[in-house]
This record gives sequence, C-alpha cells and structure tokens, in this order.
Amino acid sequence: MSDDVKISVRNLYKIFGGNPQEALEKVHAGMGKVELQAETGHVLGLNDINIDMPAGKTTVIMGLSGSGKSTLIRHLNRLIEPTAGEVYVNGENILDYNERRLRRLRQKEMSMVFQKFALLPHRTVLENAGMSWTIEGKSKRAYAEEATKWLDRVGLEGQADQYPAQLSGGMQQRVGIARALTSNSDIMLMDEAFSALDPLIRTDMQDLLIELQDELAKTVVFITHDLDEALKLADHLVILKDGYVVQQGEPQNILLHPKDPYIEAFVGDINRARVLRVRSVMQKTSERPDNVGGEVDHDDTLENVIALSEGDTTKNYIVMRNGQQIGVLHMRDLVRALVPRKPGEAAAAG
Amino acid sequence: MANYDFLFDNLGLRGWCGEDEGGGLSSMSDLMGQAGEETEDTLWDTPFPSLDALHDSCNTIPQSRDLTRGLERGFLDIKDSLKVVVDPLTQPLSWALENALWIMQAAPWWMMIPLLMLVTWGVGRSGKLVALVAACFSFLAFIDFYDHTMQTLAIIFVCAFICVLLGVPIGIAMARNDRVQKSLIPILDMLQTLPPFVYLIPLIFLFSVTEPKLYGIAIILYAIVPVVRLTDLGIRLVDKDVIEAADAFGMTSRQKLFGVQIPLALPNIMAGVNQTIMMSLAMVVIASLVSAPGLGVLVLRGIRSLELGVGLLSGLGIVLLAIILDRVTKAALARINAEQKS
Repeated sequence: MSDDVKISVRNLYKIFGGNPQEALEKVHAGMGKVELQAETGHVLGLNDINIDMPAGKTTVIMGLSGSGKSTLIRHLNRLIEPTAGEVYVNGENILDYNERRLRRLRQKEMSMVFQKFALLPHRTVLENAGMSWTIEGKSKRAYAEEATKWLDRVGLEGQADQYPAQLSGGMQQRVGIARALTSNSDIMLMDEAFSALDPLIRTDMQDLLIELQDELAKTVVFITHDLDEALKLADHLVILKDGYVVQQGEPQNILLHPKDPYIEAFVGDINRARVLRVRSVMQKTSERPDNVGGEVDHDDTLENVIALSEGDTTKNYIVMRNGQQIGVLHMRDLVRALVPRKPGEAAAAG
Repeated sequence: MANYDFLFDNLGLRGWCGEDEGGGLSSMSDLMGQAGEETEDTLWDTPFPSLDALHDSCNTIPQSRDLTRGLERGFLDIKDSLKVVVDPLTQPLSWALENALWIMQAAPWWMMIPLLMLVTWGVGRSGKLVALVAACFSFLAFIDFYDHTMQTLAIIFVCAFICVLLGVPIGIAMARNDRVQKSLIPILDMLQTLPPFVYLIPLIFLFSVTEPKLYGIAIILYAIVPVVRLTDLGIRLVDKDVIEAADAFGMTSRQKLFGVQIPLALPNIMAGVNQTIMMSLAMVVIASLVSAPGLGVLVLRGIRSLELGVGLLSGLGIVLLAIILDRVTKAALARINAEQKS
C-alpha cells in the first residue's frame, strides 16, 4: 500500500499569527480553534492533518470556505510553510529541501491549476502553456510541439497565438490545464480549478479531467467546495472542517456511512441515485437470485438501474465485472440506499 | 527696555547674559525704533519670545540671522569635502548634457526633424502623431526658435533618461522592501513639494554656473519622483494570483521580476515616465535662471527686459513641446496597454 502513496501529509499544523510556536503548544495541550483565536489572536489554519494521497488517483479535498483547504494544498508545494509536521512527496520530506531543490520540485514534479487561472496576460496561449519550459531556460522552439500537443488535447486547436484576455473563462482554464500538463509533472494540484466557471462549462471541464485522468493517470489533488464535483471526481475524498479532517476515504463509503452529523448534513442534499454505484449497494454472492431482471455492471450508477427496472422494486439484478458475476443487487436495497440517514442517527447508532 | 528682561532677571541668568553693551547687529526694527518715538509697551504689543526678542533682553541668545548665517557657514564648511564626492559622481552628467546639446544643435534641421518624426512613428505607430510632430517643429523652426527648442529637447532627453535609469531600480527596491519604501517616501514627498527655486540655491554654491550638471541635477531631483512612485505602485499592484502561479511553477525571483512583475507593471511605469518628462520640461524653464540653455532663456528674457512678444511666443513653444512629448509617451503607453488587454 505504501508504495502507491505519492504524497503523504503527516501531523501538519498551520497557525497564523505573531507567535505560532507558542500557540502550537496550546493547541497540543488541547485548545480549540475558537478559544485560541479569542485568547491569543492566532488563527488555527490546519490542525493535525494526516492524509495519504494515492499515486495515479484523484484525491479531492472538500470543505466550505474557511475550512483550510486552500491553505492545505499550498503546503504540498510549500507556497505556505507549515508551523509543524511533514509533507512527503515520493518518500522525501519536502520541508528538508533547500530553495534550489524546491524550485526543481515545482518545475518538474508538480504543477498547479488556479481558481482564477493566473495566466500571464502579456504572453500568448502557447507561451503560457510552455511556461515551465521557459522557466527551465528552454526556447520556444523546444517546447512548441509539446505545448501544442496539450493545447490540442484540451480543445484549444488554433488558439496558440491568442492572448489570454481574448479567451473566455472556460478556455482560459483549459490553457491553465494545458500549462500544467505541458510541464510533464506527475502531480497536478488543482485549487478550486472549476469554481469560477459557469455550471455547464464546469461539467465539461470535469468530464475533460476525468477523460485525461483515464488516459494519463496523474496524481491529482483537487480542491473544491462543491460536493457533487467532489463525488464525481474523487477516488479518495477528504472532508475538511475548521482546519481538521472530519472524514476521509472512498467517496461511496463516506456517502453510505457518514461518520458525524456534519457530514450527514452535507451529503443529505445530493442526488444519491446519480452518485452511488451498484458495487456499493450490492450483496457479494455468486448465487443466482430469483426474479432476475437482468445484468448490470458493477460501476453503473443506481440511476441507470432504476431506469432499467422501470420502477419495479421486486426485481433483482446480477452484478457483473469483466463478464463475471460478483454479486446481486436487490432493488429493495437500492431504494433503501437512496434515503439518507437523518443527521444524528449515526451518533445514536454508534 | 526689552520685553523679556524679567525672565532672565528672575531666573538669575543676568550674569550669564553679560552686560548690555549694545553688541550684536541691530535689526531693522531696532533702527526703526530709534528713529521714532519710544512707545509704552502694553500686553497687546508683547512679541512672541523669538530669538530676536530674547536677544534684546540677553546678548548671549543669538539673533535669528545668526541661525541662517550658521547654516550657511556650515554648508560652506562641508562644501569642499562634499564636492570631492559629488563632483566625480556627477561628471558624466555634465558630459552627457554637453554632448547631447552639441549633437542636437550640430545636426542640420533637415536631418533632425525627420529623425524625430521617425522616432515618433516607432513609438506610437500613428500617422496623425507624426504629422503633429512635424507641424510643431516646423512652426518652431519657422519662427526661429529651432536652436532653443533643440537645446531644451536635448536637456529633457538626457535628464529623463537618467531619471528612468535611476528611478526604476529605486522603485523596484521600494516595491520589494517595505522598509525601503517607508524611508524613501518622506524624501520623495520633500522633493516634490520643495519649491523648485530652492533646489537651485545649494547647487549654485556647490558647482560653478558654467557646468551643465548644475541644472542637470536640479532637473533630475525634481523630475525623478513620479517614475519612482509609479514603478513602486505598479509592481505592488501586479496580480497576486499571477505571482503565486509564477512561484508555483518554480520561477526564481529574478525570472519573476523580469518575466512577470516588470512587464505587468509597464503601463504604470510608462505613466511615470510620462510624468517625469513633463516635470523635467517644467524644471528646464526654471533652470534657465542658472544658465540652462533653451526656450527658458527666452522666457527669462521676456521677463527681464519686458519683451512681451518673446515671452508669449517662447511660452507657446514650451506648450507645443509639452503637447508633443505628452502625446508621444501616451501613445507608447496606449500601445503597451493594448498589447496586454486586447
């Protein structure tokens, strides 16, 4: 398992204020965020964060504004220095890096996509896409081919000589993604990359990212405040609140087994049929059930199955993976899974 | 009988003050007093306890004229050592001004005017602007102000160039370091508000009036402020998100400065250059008091010998020059803006 971990965050704390070390001792002694702010004027940004981000997968860090998610992602390339803790990338603690090594990490091993695009307005789209190469001192001729390839891939054919201001928001963010891809780094940090776009374009961009991910399998760290977006993209979901991790794990699992009322309230509003997959609701068995309605794939959404059943809740479906039966889905279980547990029920149930 | 005798008497300082021997220089009011009748002092007439008023009561207190004289003495005392440092430092300025003046005047008009038109085209890419430049210079040459115009232009070119050369790096230093900014802002404020004539006074003592650097320094000190301020502002206003992106992709601070900050601050820097040029034009007229050649000399002649026509016409010439310089630098600014925002 540990071989597959690309980025690992250990006991990370960040405290904003005049004397963070002193405040840290108080936090270690058990002081909470509100008390700390009232008593010392220090803001507890991140509180004992531990996350393993799997290689080649998308880790989504979700939280409302002020939860510390943007602060957290900036620790992964040290745009912000932590108060305490470690950040391992490829097994090396990047907090031990000197300035030179850190720059190489940022140039070669990590790239970043920003909420407000942050393109260089005085350079063309092509020059923006080739930014990481320019920083290494390579000429335009050297990167033109690579940059053009990625610009085409994200759907910007023929726009290479435009300036960013001539493009729409969605297209600018495509440039942002092409810039990250052209650097050929394994890790892509995406800070609310799609939050500034309107809903339809946002869906397009999410689909683009999923498509790219299937093809390239980069280690993506994606920040969002939108649960639907998080569930759509995440292989590993981390939910952040007031600077600490409330729950993390497989998104389906979080959805079906929310750990505390905060998350229950959070997941209560979403369209579960569209998000939940057959594999999360089925019973693992190789026996054939009665009243078989048909076969479904393990990765189908419940929505698909409902459409297939035409609303008949008495049927059972055989769940297949790679042509093999791996389980059975009872429509009654499916319907039950669609109803979220009431907030507080988890606590009551233990 | 002086107003503040009681003060020294009561404090027991009479001895320290020494006997009244009528020593020291008498002030104008003393002389007036001697001429007129001695009047009875009332509370209404009590003067502020100034140096002069206290001196009347106690000779040991200096008069205010001693203060100004002391300042003058002090300046004259350090003048020679100051010259040792400043003279070689500013020598290139004299040299540059002399050469610029010589070149601009030596080149024949049929080379100079097309050259200026060409420069305008290169900067602004506008036919209208080139026509304006041609018309203004032809008019000035037509009324026989050609030489004076070229002299003024030469001085402005040299001084504005040096202002940019020094001002932009100072502005960058201010933008990068809050401490530098804090310590320089009062100096810039002072340079900007000090009446221009006041610059000239210490410079006259420091350098001979025949040296061009005398007025060169005055112009640069006066005109450098806007380019410094606007460079500082421009760099501070660069979008934080873009700077963060530059950091996230591993730019060195040098790459950030030249690849991101300066290009994005360029519209502001150019606005500063425009202001600097306009202010050097204002100063070059005043500097004609200390032998700066050019249109200012004609203005001065207009005032000195009440030649109304010369004064008005040379004033008009300066306005034309100002319009040209302003339009050309603004055209350059507009082109930079268009490039970034198109």
